[in-house]
Amino acid sequence: MENRVIYTENLTKRFGNFTAVDHISFEVEKGEIFGFLGANGAGKTTAMRMLCGLSHPTSGKGSVAGFDIAREPEKVKQNIGYMSQKFSLYEDLKVWENLRLFGGIYGMKDKKIVSKTNEILQELGLEKERETLVKSLPLGWKQKLSFSVSIFHEPKVVFLDEPTGGVDPVTRRQFWELIYQAAERGITVFVTTHYMDEAEYCDRVSIMVDGKIEALDSPKNLRQQFGATTMDDVFQQLARKATRKAD
Amino acid sequence: MVALSANNLNKSYGTVQALTDLSLEVQKGEIYGIIGPDGAGKTTLFRILTTLLLADSGTATVDGLDVVKDYKQIRKIIGYMPGKFSLYQDLTVEENLTFFATVFHTTIEENYHLIEDIYKQIEPFKDRRAGKLSGGMKQKLALSCALIHKPTVLFLDEPTTGVDPVSRKEFWEMLMRLKSQGITIIVSTPYMDEATLCDRIALIQDGEFLKVDTPQNIIADYPHTLWAVQASQMHQLLKDLRDCPFIQSSFSFGETFHVTLNNDATPGQLKDFLAEKSYSDIAIQEIEPTVEDCFMLLSKKENNGK
Repeated sequence: MENRVIYTENLTKRFGNFTAVDHISFEVEKGEIFGFLGANGAGKTTAMRMLCGLSHPTSGKGSVAGFDIAREPEKVKQNIGYMSQKFSLYEDLKVWENLRLFGGIYGMKDKKIVSKTNEILQELGLEKERETLVKSLPLGWKQKLSFSVSIFHEPKVVFLDEPTGGVDPVTRRQFWELIYQAAERGITVFVTTHYMDEAEYCDRVSIMVDGKIEALDSPKNLRQQFGATTMDDVFQQLARKATRKAD
Repeated sequence: MVALSANNLNKSYGTVQALTDLSLEVQKGEIYGIIGPDGAGKTTLFRILTTLLLADSGTATVDGLDVVKDYKQIRKIIGYMPGKFSLYQDLTVEENLTFFATVFHTTIEENYHLIEDIYKQIEPFKDRRAGKLSGGMKQKLALSCALIHKPTVLFLDEPTTGVDPVSRKEFWEMLMRLKSQGITIIVSTPYMDEATLCDRIALIQDGEFLKVDTPQNIIADYPHTLWAVQASQMHQLLKDLRDCPFIQSSFSFGETFHVTLNNDATPGQLKDFLAEKSYSDIAIQEIEPTVEDCFMLLSKKENNGK
């Protein structure tokens, strides 16, 4: 039980007569890198919003970081990290001020914020940029800083929504190393991406089609199961079956 | 036949140099890809070529017309789909299309054949407001609106960003059909796998072209032998490949690592090196580089993945 960081059972969300998320059930373990794939409109964002405590399920249940997503959404929010492609950093604040702000929001002690700030700037090689305004950082650095901010309060799980969109190929790979490091420290990583090579870097991958999870396994097993050489093949086989006209 | 040319374009925003001495020439009927990450200067280049922004220096022509002097005529003959959704959110799908047709003194009926493939997919929703459409439908509507006046040159700025692999494939199939109708297409993308679908590509980073050629030639010019390496324990493998003294570069590529070796090293040596570290299922295979391999090699960033 302790190792189960995300758990859902028949989790469902309806908008009127449209079932955006249709009875999804899965579990993610501590320290696991879990890839959450699907075509646009398959229901990924809606599912992710429920898991982050931002949207109330219509039916079914789920827990994240040990808290019930329907009954304790505020607790869920306090115990997760979140990063999207649109970085949530404040452009007009300096690098250290951003870390200070997010640490404060999550109720961290001042001392802890100071030591953790030094630690992170050293890890990222950003010590010299401590006093730099975030808006003048290169995109790749912003992205790495944004990820560090999302796990600054050492959440049990971090949700990454297309974190690598638009960045150059070298930076994209460096970013995945940060993800590995976080996972090695025991942080569970829940990530969406449209880069199918990145699906390979996950421990397990689920693929959503029309609101349902149609496949869930390690990339290697999925490739075998679908007789495919790449995850892109697997994805194309599944997503082409989609009947939703929404996208 | 040259559809578009640019010579030594420079543009800076304050102290930021967005484009540096950029030149290009696009032939009629070509699909020309501008491939590079965010912040490389793709949108600045598009805005200059579509007469929406003045370069600090340099010249450019579209269909023989000068982007500064003849901007009014250029605007009549080009279609432009910006990266950011720029249609009228409060107008319906059909109203948007009618609006763009009317502005260009034409009608939907007159050029329906051009957009039919694309538009018929969103036609069932023609009474829906554009702001209420999903991402993929917005993209199709924006492309229809950019095409309705039958442009000779079509500019598409990151049309597939944030779009899933299946929809991206469909979008490129649509572009191929447009090309077959003789429309010249300039398209930018951060997805390196789309590069091979273009006739020619320019790899762009930090406001400069790293290389311009056909995707096939760019791949053929890759100067090293590239090996795909696989073994048990892929996470650990990354670190060990990095520590391996005779490896030149190593990048993760989905289910394998793409590795180049120092001149005198052999794949047999690498296999021994890994076997000694007690890896099993070691597979080392020579492969053809992808455009992404080429981009990383040409990229000025001091990084070889080690």
